[in-house]
Amino acid sequence: MLVEEIMNREVITLSPDETIETALKLLHKHHIRHIPIVDEENRVIGIVSDRDVRDASPSIFEKDNEPDELQNPIRSIMTTPVTTVHPLDFVEELASIFYEQEIACVPVTRNEVLQGIITEKDMLYTLIQLTGTNVQSSQIEVKVINKPGILPQVTQVFGKRKVNISSVLIYPYKPDPDYKIIVIRIQTMNPLPTIRDLEEEGYEVLWPKDPGMSS
Amino acid sequence: MNCKAGFVYSDEFVNYRFTDDHPFNQMRVLLTKELLEASHALEDKLIIPPRYATEEELALAHSKAYISAVDKAGRGLLTEEEGLEYGIGTEDTPMFKGMHEASKLLVGSTLTAIDAVLQGKVQHALNLGGGLHHGFERKASGFCIYNDGAVGIKYIRKNYNYKVLYVDTDAHHGDGVQWAFYDDPNVCTLSIHETGRYLFPGTGNVNERGLKEGYGYSFNVPIDAFTEDESFLKVYETAMKEIVDYFKPDVIVTQNGADAHFLDPLTHLSSTMKIYERIPKIAHELAHEYCEGRWIALGGGGYDIWRVVPRAWSQIWKVMQDDQPFEGMLPEQWVQKWQDHSPVPLPKYWYDPEGSYKEIPRRKEITEKNDQLLEKSLQIITNQKKYNSN
Repeated sequence: MLVEEIMNREVITLSPDETIETALKLLHKHHIRHIPIVDEENRVIGIVSDRDVRDASPSIFEKDNEPDELQNPIRSIMTTPVTTVHPLDFVEELASIFYEQEIACVPVTRNEVLQGIITEKDMLYTLIQLTGTNVQSSQIEVKVINKPGILPQVTQVFGKRKVNISSVLIYPYKPDPDYKIIVIRIQTMNPLPTIRDLEEEGYEVLWPKDPGMSS
Repeated sequence: MNCKAGFVYSDEFVNYRFTDDHPFNQMRVLLTKELLEASHALEDKLIIPPRYATEEELALAHSKAYISAVDKAGRGLLTEEEGLEYGIGTEDTPMFKGMHEASKLLVGSTLTAIDAVLQGKVQHALNLGGGLHHGFERKASGFCIYNDGAVGIKYIRKNYNYKVLYVDTDAHHGDGVQWAFYDDPNVCTLSIHETGRYLFPGTGNVNERGLKEGYGYSFNVPIDAFTEDESFLKVYETAMKEIVDYFKPDVIVTQNGADAHFLDPLTHLSSTMKIYERIPKIAHELAHEYCEGRWIALGGGGYDIWRVVPRAWSQIWKVMQDDQPFEGMLPEQWVQKWQDHSPVPLPKYWYDPEGSYKEIPRRKEITEKNDQLLEKSLQIITNQKKYNSN
């Protein structure tokens, strides 16, 4: 999946000469946490987060009603250079960026010009879509030997039953690296015939399972 | 306490049948009716024959295009390709001859039950043919074509303008009804179901609380797999009492799916007949306390049609009439008649004897988890009590 498929194209931006006060108001008004700072050609030259703005604001215990601090230009507190991504980057790479750089938002640019924005929340939403839990389905977990060609063999069992698969995830089976677990969400309320087919083909179905076994 | 109740029934309920080996089998309603008759608890004069729902009534909760697709499918005029868009022709909801009429009758029977109660002919009414809570506006799913609960509640809103509490104790999330009223503050939905992590349909999370004006009028408690009686009932009784007191409904509609039993083949909960004695009893008490008795109970899921559903559903009717569930032995006459048809030995008692199922080793964890979910689900009410009390 590409960044351009999940990015938000309507971006709230500011020029570097606007005041911190304006930034504060925008963050409140739009319920957002990041504002890219752009020049006249819409090129991204910096970014501010709600925390940057808060750090630059006076304490709530200050009595001054119109504090001078808020009149400073955004330029003085913005983070630069900015980590950006390209519309044709992969969503997976984006997840690594969030994880490794410990940030929660990246502007999407093409030749430095702003195209859109993606936050951690958009990323999580996409993950939910990938797991298939957003559509009606039942989940089956199958433990399989870790070898080439096993996935088509397993999915063939589903194909025979005309059961629609809404998502497939594969993760390692921790106790034994020779095995993997395939998690399949299928669009049916009655997974029993499929489970029976899987067992008849010799696959170990981890769920549904007996009580007592810990998950 | 003796109440005036109506039992909506037609022999034609069984026409809602997808295929011979499909788990959804309306024979359950006939088995229940005969069990009640054998127990001398159902007189003919209390039976109300249902009517069909009209197309306009169906359109209260379904799109015209969908209704016409179902109609076509039932006459063999819908291609496989066309059906898929509407969820018709899948393994769960295959096409069958006359499916429009059969489904229309189930909706009509729920409307019959509603009218009987809201026109004051009876205090409570039971329609075991209904409760098809997975039907969507333009999509069949989870064995359900038309959503009689959703149509029925829209019908109540339109014709009687009552505030409706919908309570769904089916082991599957009552998604179709929830989404139909997600932004409506005059319809409050409560669904208690097995967690959607593995089980169909997957939704019903505790944070699904409604939208816009409807925020705070949708409650979900997705209990853990292998939940037993005590924990189930604690969740149910607490949630019911708190929500009824918070929402103050004019009428209660319950969906009484009977698939949370340990014998049910499609789910993984571990309750016994005990919950099916308490579920209607609490609904009954609260309907009298808050709604002048107005209570409509519907059927729903239930896939052990021999050992579980007839007993569970009979208790609803018994409680509707005199507030006391059946006890002791099942009528021998019923057991004898149906034992030959049943692939499994039929039970002897109304209750499930101690030790009927294998002990659940993680009971303590499961109970704790459910308690926590219950608390989260009711957070809105708890907060309101704490901060808005005058």
